Amino acid sequence: MRQYLLKRILLMIPTLLGVAALIFLLMRVVPGDLVELKHAGEGSSIPAETLQKERELLGLDKPLWYQFGAWIWDIARGDFGVSMWTGRPVLYEISIRFQLSLQLAIMAAFLAVLLAIPLGTVAALKQDTWVDYVIRVFSIAGLATPSFWLGIIVILGLLILFGWLPPMEFTPFWENPAANMAQLIWPTLAISYRYSAMIMRMTRSSVLEVLREDYIRTARAKGLRERLILIRHALKNAMLPVISVIGLELAFLIGGMVVTEQVFNLNGLGRLLVQSIEQRDYTMTQSLVLLTAIFFILMNFVTDLLFAWLDPRVRFK
Amino acid sequence: MASQTRSSFSSGKFRRVIRFCRQRPLGAIGGLILLIMVFTALTADWIAPYEPLVNDYKAMLSRPSMHHLMGTDAHGRDVLSRIIYGSRTALLVGFSSSFCGTMLGVIIGVICAYFGGKIDVIVQRFMEILLSFPLIVMALAMMAVLGTGILNVIVAITIPMIPRSAQVIRSCALSIRNTPYVDAARACGFGHIRIMFRHILPNVVAPFLILVTAYLGGAILTEASLSFLGVGVAEPTPAWGLMLKGAAVTFAETAPWMAIFPGLAISAAVFAFNIFGDSLRDELDPKLRTS
Repeated sequence: MRQYLLKRILLMIPTLLGVAALIFLLMRVVPGDLVELKHAGEGSSIPAETLQKERELLGLDKPLWYQFGAWIWDIARGDFGVSMWTGRPVLYEISIRFQLSLQLAIMAAFLAVLLAIPLGTVAALKQDTWVDYVIRVFSIAGLATPSFWLGIIVILGLLILFGWLPPMEFTPFWENPAANMAQLIWPTLAISYRYSAMIMRMTRSSVLEVLREDYIRTARAKGLRERLILIRHALKNAMLPVISVIGLELAFLIGGMVVTEQVFNLNGLGRLLVQSIEQRDYTMTQSLVLLTAIFFILMNFVTDLLFAWLDPRVRFK
Repeated sequence: MASQTRSSFSSGKFRRVIRFCRQRPLGAIGGLILLIMVFTALTADWIAPYEPLVNDYKAMLSRPSMHHLMGTDAHGRDVLSRIIYGSRTALLVGFSSSFCGTMLGVIIGVICAYFGGKIDVIVQRFMEILLSFPLIVMALAMMAVLGTGILNVIVAITIPMIPRSAQVIRSCALSIRNTPYVDAARACGFGHIRIMFRHILPNVVAPFLILVTAYLGGAILTEASLSFLGVGVAEPTPAWGLMLKGAAVTFAETAPWMAIFPGLAISAAVFAFNIFGDSLRDELDPKLRTS
């Protein structure tokens, strides 16, 4: 067990180095020069020396391998560098937006699971009835609805029905829960629908599969109450693949957040990523993508562990 | 007599289609919407009531009416015509990226499964790196490199698809590699290329078709998201995601039709592709995991 853990963690290092190298190279072949873009707003032509000086200041005049090595070395020491656009530390820029995005992600994931598991189970139990059809169409529609459009529709609905728009300014939850919710509940709705649809489909097919197992027949044959069969025998086993989908399809959540923050004008990490790509902010984009990859890989790892812990049949190899 | 001979010509395939429609009505509806979309895209020049790029400043932001069935946008362009032309963008990006992505996935998957060993390990490691980003983040980064434009969107969506399809195809091809007929082919002294193309490839055609249809909806959705974020298809090309960007939000209150109809088009298209893909998978290979 300990050996397995150690091996998994050590194997993450080459993957992450590969991710870092890939994103670093990608950013450096980007057409468009950061320094020129930064001064583009100033109108008149900038002397070449000023541009050169700024490039030197940002370390952009050094050879690529040197830039990459320096970057990795800094990260290994926990220093993500400064944003090439604002000049503030990357970690600072991330930290002021982190709370909003984290809260959004947790709320969306929570709502999605809360919606998906009961609905998926009901659909499986009522297979091929109108209830099943309604839930299935609802979930397929969820997979087909882009979250940014759902966000626009939510805003539109609020405007037309109540003539009200969610506040723009972020208030931390513990300062004023009501104002915080008034702002974040709407993007949560938009993000969670798609994620929830994914989990709902998995729940349905998983419950259906388990209900066909021999031990369910045995439980019925010995006269166990249907409720007990469902909760103790069926759901417990059916939840295993569902849990892995919740972990592995986090991409749905992240993708939803990137576009939805744009719609609701939320100053979160997704918006920061889009912004930094537009501004060719190398350090910022690199760090954000790398952190996303780290988060992603770690979540996959946690999902695997959780899976093995819940299901004794899965052995560590 | 004549009708009998004709029916026996294509009866096998035709009957299969009929049976598919009868047993999987949802999939048949999806297929129908798909056909309508293809038809719309092909005949856009004839059926669109207006030119999609022509501004009409006398009819800016006009409500849906007999003249403009879905209203006009902030530049006075007819929304319906732009949606009709937008189906070209969506289908072009959807089909080409899911086809290319899956095709490259097939090639890589089959090579990995067939040769195994070191090649397999190295390629798998590389695929793992590509897989450790969410698709949208990867596509965003790619778009930053490539810049806006329809061809670049296709590339940006194709690349993150490769490792996903390669994984599925690799596991299919692995089971085929261990079948006796592959051993027999090798015993006959056939070359690697011949075995891969003549003996393994035909057996992954079903999963290939399933993957292409399964990825179609996702590709259209990703294109719409990228265009919406302003790093996808560039103005003035009519594209559904682009129509929802900027102005649609700004004018949401005064001109809600600008925000509603393009989104409906995206949803309908992706919905149709998804249910068609699901049914096709159930028909061809129910055990394959595509998501």
